[in-house]
Amino acid sequence: MDFRFTPEQNAFREEFVAWLEKTLPDDWDPENPPKFENSDEERRAYQDFQKKLSDAGYAARHYPKEYGGQGKEVIEGIIVSQVIATTCQVLNAPGLVTQAIAMPTILACGTEAQKKELLPRTIDGTYIWCQGFSEPDAGSDVANIQTLAIHQGDHYVVNGQKVWTSYGHMADYCLLLVRTDPDSRRNRGLSYLLVDMTSSGIDVRPMKQITGEAEFNEVFFDDVNVPVENLVGQEGDGWKIAITTLMFERTLGDAILGALYEKNIHRMVDMAGQTKRSGRPVLEDPIARQKLGQAYIEVMVLKNHGLRNLCAQLQGGIPGPEGSIGKLLWSETNQRITEAALGMQGPSGLISGDSDWSVQSGFWQYAFLRSKGNTIEAGTSEIQRNIIGERVLGLPKDMSRMKKEEV
Amino acid sequence: MDISLSKAQKDIAKEARRFLKKECTIDYVLDMYEGESGFGDDLWDKMAAMDWMAMRIPEAHGGMEMEQIDLNLVLEEMGRAAVPGPFFSTVMLAAEAILQAGNDAQKERYLADIADGKLKGTLALYESDSGSNPGYIYMDARPDGDDIVLNGTKLCVPDAHLVDIMVCAARTDGGITLFLVDAAADGLKITPLPTMDATRRLSTVEFSNVRLGPDSILGVLNQGWEPLQRVLQRAQVGLAAECLGGAQYAMETATDYAKVRVQYDQPIGGFQAIKHRCADMFVAVESSRSILYWAAWAQDHGDDREAALAASAAKAFCAEAFTKVTGGAIQVLGGTGFTWENGMHVYLKRAKANEAAFGDPDFHRERVVQLLTE
Repeated sequence: MDFRFTPEQNAFREEFVAWLEKTLPDDWDPENPPKFENSDEERRAYQDFQKKLSDAGYAARHYPKEYGGQGKEVIEGIIVSQVIATTCQVLNAPGLVTQAIAMPTILACGTEAQKKELLPRTIDGTYIWCQGFSEPDAGSDVANIQTLAIHQGDHYVVNGQKVWTSYGHMADYCLLLVRTDPDSRRNRGLSYLLVDMTSSGIDVRPMKQITGEAEFNEVFFDDVNVPVENLVGQEGDGWKIAITTLMFERTLGDAILGALYEKNIHRMVDMAGQTKRSGRPVLEDPIARQKLGQAYIEVMVLKNHGLRNLCAQLQGGIPGPEGSIGKLLWSETNQRITEAALGMQGPSGLISGDSDWSVQSGFWQYAFLRSKGNTIEAGTSEIQRNIIGERVLGLPKDMSRMKKEEV
Repeated sequence: MDISLSKAQKDIAKEARRFLKKECTIDYVLDMYEGESGFGDDLWDKMAAMDWMAMRIPEAHGGMEMEQIDLNLVLEEMGRAAVPGPFFSTVMLAAEAILQAGNDAQKERYLADIADGKLKGTLALYESDSGSNPGYIYMDARPDGDDIVLNGTKLCVPDAHLVDIMVCAARTDGGITLFLVDAAADGLKITPLPTMDATRRLSTVEFSNVRLGPDSILGVLNQGWEPLQRVLQRAQVGLAAECLGGAQYAMETATDYAKVRVQYDQPIGGFQAIKHRCADMFVAVESSRSILYWAAWAQDHGDDREAALAASAAKAFCAEAFTKVTGGAIQVLGGTGFTWENGMHVYLKRAKANEAAFGDPDFHRERVVQLLTE
């Protein structure tokens, strides 16, 4: 057992940190990154950054060379992601779905043509992806998808609506889960399409969310033509592809989030040292110290859990439903941390960014509100607990769901 | 980076589980629970034959010189079986104190006997004003000629009624000194307390003019605080391992029950109210394991700061998780879980005992912040 990175891995981290320092603007402040005026600017910043990463050989470090990667070990890819997450995540945010879901799905399940055509241009930042799974009547109950894709000659005709589509307004492509067999029920008859977002008949309507931003969207499909060669796997494989790729990526995500939240703990300690309560720094308040200590402990659980699962995966294990543990841990830990941090600020906790009086530029106000989505996105906490209960612990489904799924 | 157990380590855990499943059933634990001393020499001798007391002892003293993580695997299984008696006191407290603070002669004199299971020991630490904080040691140790005379009362000394020797922390002129005290010494009065967790009985130990020779100073006069911290840190990690094993047992027991107990014509595990509780228990167990492996590893391979941070984090987390999981298990088991014979109460009580011992969770959260802001 060894919790350390190897000397080679540490050297690689140092090399990448040095490159990043050189590449980011001289006045770059990780604690106070620039805010973008609009989504065009955000998209351009992402693409510019990805291009630089890719040209320097840091993008998709662990992807095969023939598809635009570097063919290095997975851990180097994680080191790159950890460093980015703690210094300039804002430049990488639009690539979340792209890197966590689109790239691994195409790599694992795509045709040779799809891999050759799409991966290199995704890795160099040209393409941004969104994920079209959720629908108005298919949230936690994903198998209830109604969006139809009817096979007609050399293409599918897609009709339906997706919702909560993160980065849909910036995306060039969509990973679309559709029903190709109109007579099918539940998770049978679903298929997985790669859809060009510039296709005619697609209408993307941003939705303003709790933070005031519009990170996600409604996406309407009205007689959209998708070439048959954009099908991933076989018709009817959609469910299987969606599930397996999600599990693989979850493990890598946990390892990155652990590093990100560890940094947030140090930010929180700084905040507690600078913010006063009853004339004294909050850091001297015993209750606040308890909350700080607890936050650190929970983040160490998350971090070490992430590393432990990562190692299991690197040793050839296939991540299973226990990946739901990590999802519960990061989402709920983040909510508790941001809530505690906001609570330490007293009335100042109500001031969001853009004021001389805001605490740490409103970081915690935004983080608190954004964290409310964490236990909903990527499978709600309730669904994760069902997965653990049923697929890990072997508890039975409840009768109403059992009846529905028997049909 | 490799966060997995080796084949040899997996074998240690497997063998411990097999042994304890046979030798330390819940019926045996409940028998001991109601017994006078709460402990039987038969189990002790068999454990000694497994070489468990020797795991951390250096090879030079007849031990196996293994790491914290190895011993942790056995402690985890002991937590699972709720093993009664002074193993923890002897191995994690007395032996570890001698290892960390003792001079060669003291190691020579005691460690081989501990490794063989011939000698039992404990640590007399807490006093009435200390709460969870070992910094509040007032016990009086006064030189008298070449001797030192101890006066004062130690509280909640684990297994004091069963041991041969005690390591006692007292205040001397220039700091804290650790003393080796024969449990049969003149002037020593050991009074067992009615203890909630009857698997590990606590006693008050009163010292009235207990006279000790100069060779009773464990290590160096006035230099006991630092080795004591290292002992406590490893004890915290060891106790966290026990918590993990106990929590896993409670989680599995509750989950198994939820699969077979039928109400409203279906197994209760189908109801999300029960299922989600079981899922939370599972998350608590696996979370404990993840933070604990780090803490155990850090004791032998991390720097001082990492070892201290990890020990506190693991102790606070695993102890609270154990309490939470046993409470949840009793709820899932319903009326059955509230009965004496079912035995889940043994785990709940042990969870509370482990939570309070060697720094409660509040103490460790505070310590974490101290270490983070140093």
